[in-house]
Amino acid sequence: MTIPRGKVVAIMGLSGCGKTTLLRLIGGWLRPSVGEVRVDGEVVNHLDHAALFSLRRRMGMLFQFGALFTDMTVFENVAFQMREHTALSEDQIRDLTLLKLQAVGLRGAAQLLPSELSGGMARRVALARSIALDPMLMMYDEPFAGLDPLSLGVIGQLIRRLNDALGATSIIVTHDVTEALALVDYVYFMADGAVIAHGTPDDIRASKEAFVHQFVYGEADGPLPFQYPATEYRQDLFESVH
Amino acid sequence: MSRVSEILRTMGARVTNWVWRLGFASRFFWLIIAHSGTSFRRFHLIIREVYFAGVLSLVIILVSGLFVGMVLGLQGYDTLVRYGSSEALGVLVSLSLIRELGPVVAGLLFASRAGSAITAEIGLMKATEQLAAMEMMAVDPIARVVAPRFWAGVISMPLLAALFSAMGVFGGYLVGVRLIGVDEGSFWSQMQAAVDFREDVMNGVAKSFVFGIAITWIAVFEGYDAPPTAEGVSGATTRTVVTSSLAVLALDFVMTALMFRGV
Repeated sequence: MTIPRGKVVAIMGLSGCGKTTLLRLIGGWLRPSVGEVRVDGEVVNHLDHAALFSLRRRMGMLFQFGALFTDMTVFENVAFQMREHTALSEDQIRDLTLLKLQAVGLRGAAQLLPSELSGGMARRVALARSIALDPMLMMYDEPFAGLDPLSLGVIGQLIRRLNDALGATSIIVTHDVTEALALVDYVYFMADGAVIAHGTPDDIRASKEAFVHQFVYGEADGPLPFQYPATEYRQDLFESVH
Repeated sequence: MSRVSEILRTMGARVTNWVWRLGFASRFFWLIIAHSGTSFRRFHLIIREVYFAGVLSLVIILVSGLFVGMVLGLQGYDTLVRYGSSEALGVLVSLSLIRELGPVVAGLLFASRAGSAITAEIGLMKATEQLAAMEMMAVDPIARVVAPRFWAGVISMPLLAALFSAMGVFGGYLVGVRLIGVDEGSFWSQMQAAVDFREDVMNGVAKSFVFGIAITWIAVFEGYDAPPTAEGVSGATTRTVVTSSLAVLALDFVMTALMFRGV
């Protein structure tokens, strides 16, 4: 699997097929038992603690539910990395933070606490926080999960706009087919920890592969059965309770 | 026969699991120590946690101290007056508090008030992926979240125990002198003469310092190790209170035995 610089790439598949694990491998959280992960020429699984941390400063990650620090305000959340990693003055940090918040449309919410935000707003704040240090690689873990249609559109647009404005590379892990296919440059399909199909969104829509077809068009039954594996139905019903 | 081997296997698994956890906890302790430099360079992080662990525990510590002292005053007078030595009430109250009750009761209260809060907070931060997010931002959660809380607990505990003892002595004074009418002069002068700074006060401080380390170590470890679910965090919080209370009592016996002079 190759993710070209400057592109927005989606990794799709059912829950539990290894998508999030893949992000964790790229972030150097898990080490692969075979093979290697290369980011910007560096083999992630061979880096020591310090080198890994310095690589992570050039990566941003949007967690599924935002993972905002609940004891800090929106402003402090976005400013967190700048305060931890840079020697900028408080004035400069304030300006940069307001810039980031303006980019996601939440400058007015700077002094709110995460508990006062709606789901969509929290996701946008988390997005502003993850781009705080202008990362070269952005990773999105289910950015569309549990959002209303409006917030969903906003997040989708932001991902595209930020990627192009920052000249970054984005990886989106998702199972939201329509939203992702409208947004990305390239798609990888995963099942049971392996890539089973890949191509541009148009290739994927036209794919003859039965599983991809079922997934893209949301059909209830197909190569992936509706029923969870179980004993024979009739036998199960006739069995008496001891 | 298979039943016996089953039981043996379950017990064996428990013991192995317990040893593993002990190993993890010890390694975790060294990681905290190794990452403490950052917290001390940015002392405001520790100050903030001293507020949450220490200052917010003040009410329960002061009120309990007062009541324990008042009860000691009543019970102590009741016993001492039979031997005609009620003026020794000050000595009895102050020595019991400074050497024993101050550190131990304050430790138990600290474990249930602050220890459980630390575990729940760290456990929930883990469950909501805040620790993961921090690590992904190249900030070590042990340095940023765990170490400041640990040191805040270690700093707060001796201070709280000292305040508990002071409040207790005051409670004993209220009941013994003001209510029952023990002679005020002998209450204070006998106390001053009998309480030794190094042998009594410093030993009490040493105890509360050790309890502070044990309680906050258990609290931060349980929080960090908690399974990221609702039951996981609630179980970890309970374990913090139970384990650290037992640790306080066990350590108290060991330390008292080591400090025992036999006079």
